[in-house]
Amino acid sequence: MASITAAREPGASLEEDSPEAVVVRFAGDSGDGMQLTGGQFTLSTALAGNDLATFPDFPAEIRAPQGTLFGVSAFQINFGSQEITTAGDAPDVLVAMNPAALKVNVPALKPGGLVIADTGEFNKRNLEKAKYESNPLEDGSLARWDLLAFDISALTLEAVKPFGLGNKEALRCKNMWTLGLALWMFDRDRQPLIDWLKGKFAKNPMLADANIAALNAGHAYGETAELAGPLKKLHIDPVPAEPGLYRTITGAEAVSLGLVAGAQLAHLPMFFGGYPITPASAILHNLVKMKEFGVTTFQAEDEIAAICSAIGASYAGHLGVTSSSGPGIALKGEAMGLAVMTELPLVIVNSQRGGPSTGLPTKTEQSDLYQAVYGRNGDAPMPVIAACSPADAFECAIEACRIAVQFMTPVVLLTDGYIGNASEPWKVPDPESYTPFPVSFLEETNNPDGKVLPFKRDARGVRPWIKPGTADLMHRIGGIEKGIDTGDLDYSPAVHQAQTDARKAKIDGVARAIPAQEVCLGEESGKLAVVGWGSTYGPIHQAVRRARKKGLAVSHVHVRHVWPLPENLGDLLRQFDKVLVPEMNTGQFKTVLRDQFLVDAQPLTKTSGQPFTIAELEAAIDEALA
Amino acid sequence: MNDMTPITTTLKDWESDQEVRWCPGCGDYAILKAVQRTLPMVNADPKNTVFVSGIGCSSRFPYYVESYGFHTIHGRAPAFATGIKLANPELDVWLVTGDGDGMSIGGNHTMHVLRRNLDCQIMLFNNEIYGLTKGQYSPTSRVGTNSPTSPIGSVDRPALPCAFALGAGARFVARGYDISKDLPEVLKAAYEHKGAAFVEIFQNCIVYNKDRFDDFTQKKVADDTQVWCRDGEPLLFAKGTKGLALCTDTLTLKVVDVVAREDGTPDWQAAGVAVHNVKNRGLAHMLVEMPFGVFPMALGVIYDDPRPTFESEVVAERAKLIEGKTADLGKLLAKGQTWTVEPQATHGLMD
Repeated sequence: MASITAAREPGASLEEDSPEAVVVRFAGDSGDGMQLTGGQFTLSTALAGNDLATFPDFPAEIRAPQGTLFGVSAFQINFGSQEITTAGDAPDVLVAMNPAALKVNVPALKPGGLVIADTGEFNKRNLEKAKYESNPLEDGSLARWDLLAFDISALTLEAVKPFGLGNKEALRCKNMWTLGLALWMFDRDRQPLIDWLKGKFAKNPMLADANIAALNAGHAYGETAELAGPLKKLHIDPVPAEPGLYRTITGAEAVSLGLVAGAQLAHLPMFFGGYPITPASAILHNLVKMKEFGVTTFQAEDEIAAICSAIGASYAGHLGVTSSSGPGIALKGEAMGLAVMTELPLVIVNSQRGGPSTGLPTKTEQSDLYQAVYGRNGDAPMPVIAACSPADAFECAIEACRIAVQFMTPVVLLTDGYIGNASEPWKVPDPESYTPFPVSFLEETNNPDGKVLPFKRDARGVRPWIKPGTADLMHRIGGIEKGIDTGDLDYSPAVHQAQTDARKAKIDGVARAIPAQEVCLGEESGKLAVVGWGSTYGPIHQAVRRARKKGLAVSHVHVRHVWPLPENLGDLLRQFDKVLVPEMNTGQFKTVLRDQFLVDAQPLTKTSGQPFTIAELEAAIDEALA
Repeated sequence: MNDMTPITTTLKDWESDQEVRWCPGCGDYAILKAVQRTLPMVNADPKNTVFVSGIGCSSRFPYYVESYGFHTIHGRAPAFATGIKLANPELDVWLVTGDGDGMSIGGNHTMHVLRRNLDCQIMLFNNEIYGLTKGQYSPTSRVGTNSPTSPIGSVDRPALPCAFALGAGARFVARGYDISKDLPEVLKAAYEHKGAAFVEIFQNCIVYNKDRFDDFTQKKVADDTQVWCRDGEPLLFAKGTKGLALCTDTLTLKVVDVVAREDGTPDWQAAGVAVHNVKNRGLAHMLVEMPFGVFPMALGVIYDDPRPTFESEVVAERAKLIEGKTADLGKLLAKGQTWTVEPQATHGLMD
């Protein structure tokens, strides 16, 4: 009898009906509500106390033509009774709402995994659109997997019949039917979902009732149907976790909350200038709802105006913030240089996506590292911080705010499409546990001879912040090179040399204000260091853990401060025979490490728009140590 | 500090200690003086005044005014001004731009700052040429302008800044020129208008486009070629011997002769001369689009019809959004569906 195979740790013994972790992928048309189904399943899973990670994967088109291969939208969730750090490699269960969803997703399914398919959608027309010559549910081509095919469409129509919905509206409840079945399979409570549906359809109770009926019908189907074999109830034990209050959080939410917290810790109002772009828009959507924290949001006419307005607000004494994705950051480049030149604090969030140009708007990549570190005209050094998970994005956003105001500099915060959209459980932090970093503006002249010196640097090379509106401190700033201390127009050779050096020294000095690099798994020396940054944290961590269980001398080093790099990083890497740098680009961080430390960092690259799988990294570790 | 105390300053108070670096004879000097004359007239406060500029000859302006100043990047001054004004609506914000900065690379931002109606004064110095980059034709250059990039004369049709501003939804449009003694009056009206006030200032580029505006700025031709728009007054020029009337057949303006009454005053009523109304948008469109030569150059306050400013709307929207909310960070972080892990279940995260 086939059963669901879990993503087990090698050697771990598991009871047949209580696997350690399960990966489920919901796939359907982009209009089928798969992201919503996945989101609600995530919530019920979190409430059941499992650790989890998700991977929403959807097309760039809002409503791609129905039934097509490129219109398939999928949501993958990995949940379990142990710490989960990735959305999982291969799914154990695939829910395919139509032939196209099956065709696109079934190759990833684990051998022996379970396919649940809606036969109601496997008609001639949909099979043709998915380029199937015969019906895969009937022709034996799915023999490698367990198959459960039944007419979810008809079952849903039957369940919602009493509510008198039109055929189209009634079929929209299919996703709730499917969710009901999934909740039964994994022993999840239906009540939070029912409450949520009542709230969502408060204005149309009939729709709420119909959706609840579909949910219950799906659940009841699992409970009562005489199904052989694969469809069996699975209970995943809760993860033993640190005590405290938890919620789920996406990277975009975490960045938004972290920015608000950062501004509060700086005792500053925050100004956010943004322009809609996938996948960064969510941050603007979130901040609009947080205005009671002194947040002003401005939807600008373009990316350039978004950053320029933020710099203007910083000049006027707010914490200016802007966010975008690669193409938008490219447009902001000149203004980022102005913020470097005028030495104003600013946070620039880049939710990276596949590039170049428009590239892959809804897929993930880490290919904007060069752009963040080097991508401006002139010598324009700027701190760069990279978040490694949705929850980590909260801490990184606070750190970006701190560095920006303490060093009067723009700071880039890198996340990516994966971190932005994925969700994970988050232990809600106590705001009191963070040390405030209040800003003080210059209120009186800093020059005994009278006239204010807006570019007089302190011991760390940092200039004072002076708000317009302050009496007697009137001065002018701009993008042209400026005299020492005075800031007056001066581009004589010695002055430009001195100011270029001063700007570089100031940013180099940030390295002394950040924590030393630690090894996050393994020893501080050994045969191999796997060095990552950003969202590759999860798969690297799991792969290194598995390799260590096999007895390999490998460690995981994950770098948050991409620029300037922690001062001890070079010495740390030299304690290893080999250094492997997996990243979702063609080897950008590898080049930075080689340049900064003359270490023989070897690249492991992937640019398919999909995150690394643990298996890929395990194989690379094995190869490096072979 | 008592906010009611009027600020008294003199022209000297608005002169910074920076050496002015425009070419000798540049029209910018006259505009700088006109601004420095205007600021005491309107009781402006140096500490609350911010001049924001883009790039180009005109954009060096902030360095020379003793107030706060921000010399930004090419074309983007309106965006910086928006951030400054939203962060602190108490500041008086002046934008300094040119025909290249404001109509070409920054045309987009000019449009949006006008349609949003941010409270600021926008001075567009129009010299119909790129000066700082050594004399290329600009988006306001007349067809046939010879320049390093148009050796046999430019072929682009020029943009009309005031028509552009009205099209973008500007609620204040005025025109002046560098050496005009009336420029401070025009700037004063711009300052007193709450909202985006757009002022096109014709400016002589002594090096690359010399004397381009002489055919209406020179004393000997001024009377016959300038019509000054004053609210409630007839649109007369040429010492009252000519006026602008509405041709009702074509719905356009026409130049009409005005005969003097016996007492010597012009009988403009008999000639059907139109009375200027600063709230008449249709008339404003006609005045700024009159082809010069056939018509005189319309100067002064052409359109002035205020409506609520962008920053006041943003403040009001924000008040509505935060009504009844308190800024409790702890509560914000714990928003949404939460669950509690009890201490007795502790085993620590596995690693």
